[in-house]
Amino acid sequence: MSGSPLQQIAIVGAYNTPQAKQLQSNEIDVLLNAVQGALHSAGMRIAEVDGFNVTSSTQRFTSRQSVMLFGARPGWTGSDIGIPAIIEAALAINAGLCETAIIATAQVSAHRERKKTAPWTRPTNEFVECWGLFTPAEFALMARRHMHLYGTTEEQFAEIAATIRNNGARHPAACHYGKFVTPQDVLNSRMIAEPFRLLDCAMTSEGGAALILTSAARARDLDVQPVYLLGGGTDKQGMAYVTAPVWDKYGDVGRRAAKQTFSQAGLHPTDVDVLEIYDPFSFEIIRQLEVFGFCSLGEGGDFVMEGHLRMDGRFPMVTNGGLMSFSHAGLAQLIQKPISAVQQLRGEYPEELTVKDAKVALTSNGGSGALFTDVLLLGTEVPS
Amino acid sequence: MANDVIPLPRPTALSEPHWNGCREGILRVQQCQRCKTCVFIPQPCCTHCQSNDLNWLDCSGKGKVYSHTTVHRAPRPQFEVPYVVAIIELEEGWHMLSNVLGCPVEDVHVNMPVCVEFREITDEITLPYFVPTR
Repeated sequence: MSGSPLQQIAIVGAYNTPQAKQLQSNEIDVLLNAVQGALHSAGMRIAEVDGFNVTSSTQRFTSRQSVMLFGARPGWTGSDIGIPAIIEAALAINAGLCETAIIATAQVSAHRERKKTAPWTRPTNEFVECWGLFTPAEFALMARRHMHLYGTTEEQFAEIAATIRNNGARHPAACHYGKFVTPQDVLNSRMIAEPFRLLDCAMTSEGGAALILTSAARARDLDVQPVYLLGGGTDKQGMAYVTAPVWDKYGDVGRRAAKQTFSQAGLHPTDVDVLEIYDPFSFEIIRQLEVFGFCSLGEGGDFVMEGHLRMDGRFPMVTNGGLMSFSHAGLAQLIQKPISAVQQLRGEYPEELTVKDAKVALTSNGGSGALFTDVLLLGTEVPS
Repeated sequence: MANDVIPLPRPTALSEPHWNGCREGILRVQQCQRCKTCVFIPQPCCTHCQSNDLNWLDCSGKGKVYSHTTVHRAPRPQFEVPYVVAIIELEEGWHMLSNVLGCPVEDVHVNMPVCVEFREITDEITLPYFVPTR
């Protein structure tokens, strides 16, 4: 099969720095730790890297600066974030602009004013800010409409949040390691923006992450299990947090991205072994299951209650605990979805979090309240 | 729920007619003169046909709740909880964000009929809130 050009590219290194509610380290040190960790994971040296997308949000450290820091060698620099940064780097490698690219980012000290919610949750647009809107409310407006149309329930949200959090409770590197919760605990937690309670929402934390991509040809020379890009797509529907998140307009964001992704890979949702999908709020899992094609529109809630998303289910999801339990560190969390997929497919997780014989992982970024959803499918083999 | 320290809009050349309308007690939205689409938030051209022939339409201020959330953890301490953030679907077929006031928060529901109620916050800014239609 001709296949997507993405399939000629593999992720060979993936690493998360220590994550915590608050780190004592300096953000650039965390960033450098992320870079070194990913290089170690790939068995490569920095001199072998000629593509850079290495940034930190709080310190405003850019990829051009990182090229200088790593010896001022001529190099390709990327400019996107999250999954689109991976696609951008893959296409740059594919076009011969570089052979090996590193994507790394870190966030420390962005949220220390605890009387307010995290700064990135508070939009400043003139048609949003005065109504006391913030990220949980944006996503809640989507969830409420879905509940109205399809009878989706808070008990279904609680099942999702508990499943994700209990994965994180078993993951030694998760910020909330050891913190098991029941669906009833989720329902008993304090209300944030109805229908979302505290435990339906992502946490805030600090940390860094990095991954390394190279050509499949180069990957074969390395002493690591490559994880191939099987397909990917992006779906942007305008600026996030400046206008009303109207379900009828934006509720299916990501459908196009998933369709493109599966089409490139020649695969279907039933071929997926594990879902490392975006979990900013419990409801967003239901929405993605529907628009990605794992179930029909309106059936996501029932699908969840059938237990498919648990570790022993057909589609285990967010196996490291995700944004709710593992970490939610600025832009790092965007690449932490593919990183989790790589670590899962390489069999690096504790046994009780390992999906047996997993070969294909679906990852995503974004969400309905943010009006974008990007999708990336990863696998241990390129489809023939 | 509003007081003088919540973050207030800073009107731009594009949005000024909307905010001036609020001060005059009229809810205004851009309307495309070619395809009649109502455009909100304010834009330099129609989001349906890209015509730049947009006029400001005076609206009835009547609509219904499209979706809603009651906020219990405010993004800033200046907002007094609980309060209702809602998407209002206006009679003219467009949507805007606002707060629903004038009833207990638990009474707000999807499709609830509401109408605009202007509240002067400062000399420059009057905000368009919504209350249940009596």
